[in-house]
Amino acid sequence: MAADKVDPIHQFHIIKLVPINIGGYDLSFTNSALFMVATVVVAAAFLFLTTSSRSLVPGRLQSISEMAYEFVGNMLRDAAGTQGMKFFPFVFSLFMFVLVANLLGLFPYFFTVTSHIIVTFGLAALVIGTVVVYGFMKHGLGFLKLFVPHGVPVFLLPLVVLIEVISFVSRPVSLSVRLFANMLAGHITLKVFSGFVVSLSALGAVGVAGSVLPLAMAVALTALELLVAFLQAYVFAVLTCMYLNDALHPGH
Amino acid sequence: MFVTSAFAQESAPAADTSHAATGADTHSGTSVPAEAHGAFPPFDPATFPSQLLWLAITFGLFYLFLKRVVVPRVGGIIDVRNDRISQDLDQASKLKGEADAAVAAYEQELAEAKKNASSIGQQAADAAKAEAETARKKIEAALDEKLGEAEARISSIKANAMKEVGSIAEDTASAIVEALVGGKASKAEIAAAVKSVAR
Repeated sequence: MAADKVDPIHQFHIIKLVPINIGGYDLSFTNSALFMVATVVVAAAFLFLTTSSRSLVPGRLQSISEMAYEFVGNMLRDAAGTQGMKFFPFVFSLFMFVLVANLLGLFPYFFTVTSHIIVTFGLAALVIGTVVVYGFMKHGLGFLKLFVPHGVPVFLLPLVVLIEVISFVSRPVSLSVRLFANMLAGHITLKVFSGFVVSLSALGAVGVAGSVLPLAMAVALTALELLVAFLQAYVFAVLTCMYLNDALHPGH
Repeated sequence: MFVTSAFAQESAPAADTSHAATGADTHSGTSVPAEAHGAFPPFDPATFPSQLLWLAITFGLFYLFLKRVVVPRVGGIIDVRNDRISQDLDQASKLKGEADAAVAAYEQELAEAKKNASSIGQQAADAAKAEAETARKKIEAALDEKLGEAEARISSIKANAMKEVGSIAEDTASAIVEALVGGKASKAEIAAAVKSVAR
């Protein structure tokens, strides 16, 4: 068990809490699912309860909810214009979900939902799926103009189109890997430095003295991870807004 | 060792042998479920269906809740506030206009009052001057009259006195004539003599 304490990967293990198996698929309620539920409950409860008084002059907590709302609203309006506001609930839920999942993951012994690529990829695929479906619904085949930028010489067109297609296809990958890798790397680093503290302090007085440095590092990294948690939620939401803008206005 | 690396190959081709080795270590040391073994947990496809399902359920419910409840509510709060602020601003600018108008009216009235006050002062001064003038004239006239009266009285007194001077002189003359001459001079002679002397 001592090995588990310093094993930086251990925190990412999926543990089945309620095994469910349907049609050969393992659909168990795991710790990951538990923390998804926790994320959703915390975020929804926060937004719901802090705004329940509907005061004209907001308190601190209501201000936070309103700030989040207006932050995402401005982001979406800047990137995709007023037409983009029909996607506001979607972008707002993505932002809140990722943000709260990242923040919850910072608590010791908590599972970080966004440190699993399948979760971030699921969200990214949802974004790109929305873009593709809405793009074709709104513009029909005109959506394909997305891949043909204006003002490019004809002989360069095949190359440019190829590059555009590759960049479009790589979007869900980059969107999901960016979030996943940031959370994963941050949590591993935190765990490694905290592991140093544990291992060193087991070595007696010298070790305890020596463990001050990794402890300070762990504290600083926690602050950094707090920033990263917010930043990655922001980046995820901003990129979502930009991709939705492509669905609304496919011509460059 | 062979079994676990086989698991690793099966579940995650990307995971290298060192991970397989740690997986084996954990296997021997702990009671982690068998399918989570060989692979690096985030890349373990065995967990994918369950995570995707629960992500769909939780995120779907979250989306619906935000769309139906939170977004209308927060949007409503912010709209109400913006309306209220613009209303208040309108009212404030209206009140400011009213205040400005009141100040302008006040200043105008003040200027008028000043003008009136100076004209009233001028009028009062003029009236006072005229009154003083008439009073002065009246007093002067009264004085003149009194002076005239006095002069008249003086002249009548003088005339009386002169008349009496004549008779006194006649009496005196007749007395002197009596005393000196012992005879009586006629009254007419004496009067004529006095008259010729007085002339």
